[in-house]
Amino acid sequence: MNSVQTAVSQTSPPKKSFLYDPKVRGVFYQVVLVAAIIFLFYVAATNAIENLQRAKIASGFGFLNNTAGFDISQTLIQFSAAGGTYGDAFIVGLLNTLIVSAIGIFFTTFLGFLIGIARLSKNWMVAKVAMVYVEVLRNIPLLVQLLFWYIAVLGALPQPRNSLEMGAGFYLNARGLFMARPIWASNIEILVAVLLIGLVVTFIYRRWARKQQEQTGRQYPVGKVTLALVLGLPILTWIVLALLGANPISFELPRKGTFNLTGGMQILPEFVALLLGLVTYTAAFIAEVVRAGILAVSKGQTEAAGSLGLTPGQTLRLVVIPQAMRVIIPPLTSQYLNLTKNSSLAVAIGYPDLVQVFMGTVLNQTGQAIEVVVITMGVYLTISLLTSFIMNIYNRRVAIVER
Amino acid sequence: MKKALVSIAFGLTASLFATGASAQATLNSVKQKGFLTCGSNTGLAGFGQPDAQGSWTGLDVDLCRAIAAAIFDDPTKVRYIPLAAKDRFTALQSGEVDVLSRNSTATMSRDTQLGLDFPVINYFDGQGFMVRKKLGVSSAKELNGASICTQQGTTTELNLADYFRANNMKYEVVAFATSDETFKAYDAGRCDAFTTDASGLYAERLRASAPDDHIVLPEIISKEPLGPAVRHGDSNWGDIVRWTHMAMLNAEELGVTKANVDQMKTSDNPEIKRLLGTEGKFGEAIGLPNDWAVRVIKHVGNYAESFEKNVGEGSRLKIKRGQNALWTKGGLQYGIPVR
Repeated sequence: MNSVQTAVSQTSPPKKSFLYDPKVRGVFYQVVLVAAIIFLFYVAATNAIENLQRAKIASGFGFLNNTAGFDISQTLIQFSAAGGTYGDAFIVGLLNTLIVSAIGIFFTTFLGFLIGIARLSKNWMVAKVAMVYVEVLRNIPLLVQLLFWYIAVLGALPQPRNSLEMGAGFYLNARGLFMARPIWASNIEILVAVLLIGLVVTFIYRRWARKQQEQTGRQYPVGKVTLALVLGLPILTWIVLALLGANPISFELPRKGTFNLTGGMQILPEFVALLLGLVTYTAAFIAEVVRAGILAVSKGQTEAAGSLGLTPGQTLRLVVIPQAMRVIIPPLTSQYLNLTKNSSLAVAIGYPDLVQVFMGTVLNQTGQAIEVVVITMGVYLTISLLTSFIMNIYNRRVAIVER
Repeated sequence: MKKALVSIAFGLTASLFATGASAQATLNSVKQKGFLTCGSNTGLAGFGQPDAQGSWTGLDVDLCRAIAAAIFDDPTKVRYIPLAAKDRFTALQSGEVDVLSRNSTATMSRDTQLGLDFPVINYFDGQGFMVRKKLGVSSAKELNGASICTQQGTTTELNLADYFRANNMKYEVVAFATSDETFKAYDAGRCDAFTTDASGLYAERLRASAPDDHIVLPEIISKEPLGPAVRHGDSNWGDIVRWTHMAMLNAEELGVTKANVDQMKTSDNPEIKRLLGTEGKFGEAIGLPNDWAVRVIKHVGNYAESFEKNVGEGSRLKIKRGQNALWTKGGLQYGIPVR
């Protein structure tokens, strides 16, 4: 038997069975795996639905249209216990998460770059202060830092009746920061139009100045002109309008009420504590990312820039940072994502973010844990993927173009 | 190998969502485990909180101890799972706890939409407000414009919105996840007023840095029937919880106490005989031995004893019986007859 087989295989090339084709097998196993995964999810979903029905637990997404019946401390859209639905509460929570993340990302980028550059300063004192900042802030859990800001720092502020007056309509107390609220008159449109004109003219001027510089090497005062057009022009218009007796903006100042200051604008201490915690904590990581990026730019670049007569400031701005950005962007993106996800720790200090409002109150009032958790996970996934997407586009723009 | 993996995967998904709704399922699983898992408050004086030694006390805790006594003749066979308000119902739904005895308000939506049952009400309460004395406020109607600290995921949060809307007043709500965080924020001055069930106000006031600086306002703005909750679908288990409380109430009505329960077994009163199992087979009908009520009373006492020890005159709270007095004394607690 054995000898016959050997003889056959020697005379003709081994006949490949369909079953033993590695390609077919590879595809087959992948199809099986995908089918198994889909089946697993299907079984889990049907099982959950069946058990929920048997246990008489409401299911489905209809609850989003039911009246919520509770109030939320910070709402960026109109929301009241009377008319708001659970769906509205979801949007309120989502917007609160987005605003704290967006403002947080803005400030933490600024602070992170500042500290990252400071760590590389030739000034011993500045470098060491930046080092201590990074080591302390990134080695203490964020939750502890949030509680520190909320309880120890903001909690120690005076009661409303002894509010700290900070001038220009600003007051600070344990209930938050109060400031004048601008009230727009109908002729605010003039101001908006002037601002738009300023922006357009600035844009054209900057393009023209750049072209001129590329062709002739002559530099124009771009910064000063931008400032004058974007800020100076609207302010000048405002003053002129005010002198003519048609002031487009008036301010409502906070006044002392029975319990607290009323009127004006209020920024909640929960928001401030969360923002401070997220910004200072994430900045420590961004500082390290920035430092790594700058160190990755070879020393020859700095020396070459110096020999061309650029000042240290110009060297940093025009030579080092643009090259460092290529190294910085990918880890910077993940820090942005961390900040957004970490904002869910708001739940510990009572800031009404998505997790606090939706996974806290809404989940508990409706009892629909599976739906609420799935929606929340989907939202964080979407926010993170969107941020990554935008940062990837930016990354492609600053990446080295191979020639 | 592959088969094993698939079956493990199935087992996992099945167990993830298993809710065990067959007859006597909960009682059997409790007996099998050898202890009762009781969802309790994270710490509310008088109702459920651990002491320095880690042993739990309180009116709600006593109900769990009584259930354990009825099943095992041993009130210590309870494992307490402290739950924040916003996690409590999920923990019960998912089977993490057998019974939730955690000052929870029975409402229609909780009863019908959350897959829960409230077999009995063991404390009739209502929502109130606490403020600092120096504010000079003497009525909840004067709270227009106040910031109010409350715990999220509670009926309190909803009643608060209703009350201020009904009275056309403005307020700022500051909601926290746990009662501890809520009260600390109020105590630290984040809010002008603190709101929860009236019993909770008295309990939390004891924890304030200066308890005498705070007053409880006279208005009670809601009905809060507090009671244990069980999963919907296992009516035998609901019966055990209901009749454990009823045994404590009937014992109070009939004058059976922790001290005299053994002598009472020889009583000629047919009502006492039925309660203590010397006549009839009432225990068997709910899957327990016939002397189940004796076990409850011997280990935990009747309702009056439990009330006075935990929240009444024998405690620091000094809450009057009020609505929780027996029906014969003008209250709402009414023992359904054992017969």
